[in-house]
Amino acid sequence: MSFQAPIATGRSVTGIPTGRLAMWMLLASEFMIFGGLVVCYLLYRMHNAYWGMEAAHTNVYAGATNTFVLLTSSLFIVMAHHAADVKKDTKTAVKYMMLTVGCGLIFLCVKAYEYTTEITHGYVIQSNPFWSFYYTATGIHAGHVIAGMTAIYICSLDVAKGKQLQRVEFCGIYWHFVDLVWIFLFPLMYIAK
Amino acid sequence: MSADHGYGYYVKIWAGLMVLFAISVIGPSLEIMWLTLITAFGVAVVKALMVAAYFLHLNIEKRYIWLLLIGAILFLGAFYAGLAPDIQNTSGTNWVHCNGYNDANKARILAEAKIADEHHPGIIDHLTHGAGASHLLLPGSPDCTPQRF
Amino acid sequence: MAHHEMTFSEKFLFPVDHKYIGLQYMWTSLIMAAFGGFMAYVFRMQLAWPGESVPLWGLVTPANYNALITNHATIMIFWVGMPLLIAAFGNILIPLMIGCDDMVFPRLNRLSYQIFLISTIVLFISFIVPGGGFGGSWTSYPPLSARAEYNLTPWGSSLWLLAVALEIIAFLLGGINFLTTTMNSRAPGMKMMDIPIVIWMINIAVILFMFSVGPLVAGAIMLLFDQQLGTSFYVPSGGGDPVLFQHLFWFFGHPEVYVLLLPCLGFIAEIITTFSRKKLFGYKTIIYTTFMTGVLSMIVWAHHQFIAGIDPRMATIFSVTTIMISLPICVIYMCYIATLYGGSIEFTTPMLWALGFIIEFLVGGLTGLFLGSSGLDIYFHDNTFVVAHFHYTLMPTVFFGMFAAIYYWYPKIFGKMYSETLGKIHFWGTAIPFNGIFIPLFILGIAGQHRKIYDYNHFPELMQPGMQDLRIYATMSLIVMILFQVPFILNFIGSIKNGEPAENNPWKANSLEWVATSPAPHGNFETLPTVYRGAYEYSREDMEEDYLPQNVPSKA
Repeated sequence: MSFQAPIATGRSVTGIPTGRLAMWMLLASEFMIFGGLVVCYLLYRMHNAYWGMEAAHTNVYAGATNTFVLLTSSLFIVMAHHAADVKKDTKTAVKYMMLTVGCGLIFLCVKAYEYTTEITHGYVIQSNPFWSFYYTATGIHAGHVIAGMTAIYICSLDVAKGKQLQRVEFCGIYWHFVDLVWIFLFPLMYIAK
Repeated sequence: MSADHGYGYYVKIWAGLMVLFAISVIGPSLEIMWLTLITAFGVAVVKALMVAAYFLHLNIEKRYIWLLLIGAILFLGAFYAGLAPDIQNTSGTNWVHCNGYNDANKARILAEAKIADEHHPGIIDHLTHGAGASHLLLPGSPDCTPQRF
Repeated sequence: MAHHEMTFSEKFLFPVDHKYIGLQYMWTSLIMAAFGGFMAYVFRMQLAWPGESVPLWGLVTPANYNALITNHATIMIFWVGMPLLIAAFGNILIPLMIGCDDMVFPRLNRLSYQIFLISTIVLFISFIVPGGGFGGSWTSYPPLSARAEYNLTPWGSSLWLLAVALEIIAFLLGGINFLTTTMNSRAPGMKMMDIPIVIWMINIAVILFMFSVGPLVAGAIMLLFDQQLGTSFYVPSGGGDPVLFQHLFWFFGHPEVYVLLLPCLGFIAEIITTFSRKKLFGYKTIIYTTFMTGVLSMIVWAHHQFIAGIDPRMATIFSVTTIMISLPICVIYMCYIATLYGGSIEFTTPMLWALGFIIEFLVGGLTGLFLGSSGLDIYFHDNTFVVAHFHYTLMPTVFFGMFAAIYYWYPKIFGKMYSETLGKIHFWGTAIPFNGIFIPLFILGIAGQHRKIYDYNHFPELMQPGMQDLRIYATMSLIVMILFQVPFILNFIGSIKNGEPAENNPWKANSLEWVATSPAPHGNFETLPTVYRGAYEYSREDMEEDYLPQNVPSKA
């Protein structure tokens, strides 16, 4: 059963390619999910003054490392996009995509280290609502990192054969979004005390 | 979509992001309240806008996407505004009109307390002077600040 | 364009063709509607004759009763209303009406249905696990829903939540597909203001859904953690706030009502224009007011919480926005009535359903004014008045709208004509008993009958003379209404085989789906059409025929 894309997919009345338009829609719905979570956190945080003391137990250095790693990975994926889209240089594109996946791995390792130290120090998800939010928000975000890494890896297989080059951009849009979420989670969970 | 400029363009943006990142880590470590707010959250907004504009290419994207994002942000704003009085600043749930309303309430509670006083001596004392005073709007309360009664 | 014959599995098991996916949605949700109706029958029987064995079910325990009302609501909203009005008709209509060969992402579309099917299975599993189905009402307010020791359904509540979450994901995927298709794949020549109203409405509904459901998805994850990991997001004893969940739920829950209403208003617009043989009155007005309705519907949610102890100042604001939202709906209503005015009205079955919707929904809208004002709401929200109001809005929306659409597009979907006689029997047999069910609930509600009560014998003040008679009357009406669905089933299934073959354009309508053959083949059109005008040019004096399809070029 071979699949042939319908004519509809190739049309572009808005001038935005279909795939990219759909990525933006996906991002808008994801934005509302994370937005809702962050708004709930903010409401509780400003209601409970003591949460600042709890936030002091998070590891700012680990958080900062992860911010650095994700910002850099965003650079890599936009370079991959540039290589695939403008330069048509699939080799460079795959190289940068692999670097992005590598950054994702580093991010997850740091995250795992953080979780381990916090749990062994007794700050578990049931401790109080601050820690519940901390684990929920960073956990959902980590899930998105894993999803993004998987998507980038699968796309890189096609890109290596010179096919579906437009997908590098779609992965990139998703990955930047994951980065954007972390840009806000970092001050919310780690810095503000 | 990708404008026709070299890799260096993106590296420059990244360098800018790194500077902002450094500010967002160093600023809050001085532990000054307003500086923390500006450097942590103000800079986060700037960083997010930079990533959105230059890496996500929103600077050259069609306006539909802007409409979509601005719509999402506005609805999220409405969501926050609707929830804040209940979840963040809950004193509002005890909000009452001042003019005469509280006096009437106070009178009603005291009248009820008088009946209760037969079974529990001292309850009026408790309500007007003791730990239960917060249940009544205290006489001479100067303004309309939220009060329990 | 190459049409190839599709195999059985390509058509019915794993289709990528939008029409077959739409049909999958339609069949699944019609079956779910039967389950939802059966649940209503069981708990109405318990209310009419408390403690007696219900035929086809047996004795109803209090836990049964709670699970039944919870899942009746859940099924009717999430597994009937959403999939039928949006997913089924959106899938079938969008590519046909905007003149393209399929959805832009056919495989994403298939995935969307598969996730929906899994969610259905998970919901059914939740009925049979230890502890039984979830009974905390479809709003699933914590702390009742957050702790197994309160709701006594350790598995049921989590599986119920999971099923709803999966269903939401399915519709998010489907919705992205719908929006992208409509924005990007319209036929050449079809401008924004040439899109048929129903496509506008479905897409605005999808946007509303997309924007409103996000916080609830986050909230559902938090609730799941409360249930399974013992966190305290919503449990006051652990530092949480149950009112937060109410806000998260209704921030989605209220727009959800409009997500269901808008597609239905779209169906009605198409049907009354076709059967009045008159140009739709105020096309642009309807679209702009629909956008207004959408925006307003996002800022009225807390009127569901007036009795939850929210800030009274906010209650005032939400009262005002709630009353305000009746204005755009009134404008749409006036446009529809103006379309009917002076038209050559044909009382076909879809037209009857459409007119029935207009009349019945009006009752729901007007009783909503009482519930919208925060003072009156404190009394009315606690009794069956609100139940009757809700059903007067959603029964017409989901069922009248759905039947109108099914009859109207039946020739296009199956290529056969349905039986008008059976259709009319079905309409009158549904519309009359429907009022018989819910008018007694209004009366009982005003008399103070609380909702979600298992057995009114425990409330002597609710067992006054006549009150039980009204309950029995409502239950009898329900049974009559359910029996009158038999003509529909006979008509729907029988006509697929035995109906007369339908022409391509049996209603002499203008929009593009009638250009395709009935039923439309894979790829929809022989040659993809080009569009020259909007879909509502009827009875123009400069034409020989009284209709002018969108794809026919004007004579110069």
